[in-house]
Amino acid sequence: MGPIVIEIDNLVYTYPDGQQALKGVNLRVWEGEKVAIIGPNGAGKTTLLLHLNGILNGDGMVRVMGTEVRGRHLGAIRAKVGMVFQDPDDQLFSPTVFEDVAFGPLHSGLPEEEVRRRVRRALAQVGMEGFENRMPHHLSLGERKRIAIATVLSMDPAILVLDEPSSELDPRSRRSLIQLLERLPQTMLVASHDMRLVRDLCPRTVIMDEGRIVADGPTGRLLADAELLVRHGLEPP
Amino acid sequence: MKHAFLDQYSYGDSLVHRLDPRVKLVATLGFILAVTATPPAAWPTFLVLLLMTLGLIWAARLSLVVGLRRSLIFVPFTLVVALSIPFTTAGEPLFRFRLLSWPLTITDQGLLLFWAVVFRAWLSVLAAGLLISTTHFVELLLAMKSLGVPKAIVSVISFMYRYIFVLVDEAMRLSMARDSRSADPDGRGGGTLLWRARVLGGMISTLFLRSYERSERIYSAMLARGFTGEIRTLEDTSLQHTDLITLAAFLTLLVTVEAMAYLYW
Repeated sequence: MGPIVIEIDNLVYTYPDGQQALKGVNLRVWEGEKVAIIGPNGAGKTTLLLHLNGILNGDGMVRVMGTEVRGRHLGAIRAKVGMVFQDPDDQLFSPTVFEDVAFGPLHSGLPEEEVRRRVRRALAQVGMEGFENRMPHHLSLGERKRIAIATVLSMDPAILVLDEPSSELDPRSRRSLIQLLERLPQTMLVASHDMRLVRDLCPRTVIMDEGRIVADGPTGRLLADAELLVRHGLEPP
Repeated sequence: MKHAFLDQYSYGDSLVHRLDPRVKLVATLGFILAVTATPPAAWPTFLVLLLMTLGLIWAARLSLVVGLRRSLIFVPFTLVVALSIPFTTAGEPLFRFRLLSWPLTITDQGLLLFWAVVFRAWLSVLAAGLLISTTHFVELLLAMKSLGVPKAIVSVISFMYRYIFVLVDEAMRLSMARDSRSADPDGRGGGTLLWRARVLGGMISTLFLRSYERSERIYSAMLARGFTGEIRTLEDTSLQHTDLITLAAFLTLLVTVEAMAYLYW
């Protein structure tokens, strides 16, 4: 196994309304791993993901590639952690696909030629070449999901964090999305309810329930334990 | 869901469509300025300006009927605003009457000004309609940026354009959900007006809350990609000579028409 890229120690997070979403989470992720996070609604999956690039700041320690996710490191962290949100309409906020994919590189202060090169490469990686001048609201959900992934690939991240990447997709778009994610070399953290995506994409699975990690191990073993899954509001694939 | 109503015409191809968007934006603003500056009595000038607009609509191969019908949508708003003008402008009295024992007088100057205000507003809307029907919205944003409109304002307009479709979808889903539960088995349903108004109010506040929450998620997505509060964009292309000549000719024409208006009226 390679070096540890994500270290989370005793992370606690309470929402402003007093609801405790994370109650002491510990997690280690090694380079190149593809890890699924599963659990019922409200288990704290999204909240945990939002800590990985400092959108939320709880108590405890979060380190990404050896750097603590805090204050002045945030700029560097956000270049390393590509976060793909569940609803592509939240992620794609520019009038054209090109501008959206170029947003991250432009904000890293890259020169124009490099920005254009990165946009071309990111769109090619997700199989969406030639969509530069299209408008997000004229694309299908499957296409928008791919573009959303391209908007973070253009930043050359070492880690990809995906929240429900396959939700609401038809089987064909879902299948091709899984194949796309399998091909990408990045370390991946995927929150999902889609047990077949978890089985096909991630060798390791973490189960969360009520703000805690309740199981962590090889996907095959966890998904075969029907009793464990049902106890935490899930079901075997 | 697809929404063609906003940009169904801007994909056309004509000399007007192919002009540089910056030229079209400046020309439209110049035209609206000229319309506003035209003296109320200079009706031949108004006629010339109207013919110019209709000529351009024709040259852009747009439907005159659609253009006129769209521009009329704004007339009621203008009427409401301008309604008091005939009564409040000094001049020769034309009619006197009492409205609920309130004495009212319509003056000739007032009527003329009223007519001019409504016509100016209508012409301006027609010209703005021509601009958005021949220029893609994204080009218009680039034009604003390169003409020095503050980036924050361009961003706000850009967000508006991006999310108006999402909002319309959201509103349509809400009203579909309401309509599918609006059963009326014996023809006596429907509820009172007050009750229906309350339901609509609830839908509007739901829409507002969802938009508010979405805006927070969008902001998170921006932060996640390194947004620091500064808006960055790529540099834009340079203007062609032919575009500049067209703009100069158009503005000269406008100034000439206006100068004549001031000389004769």
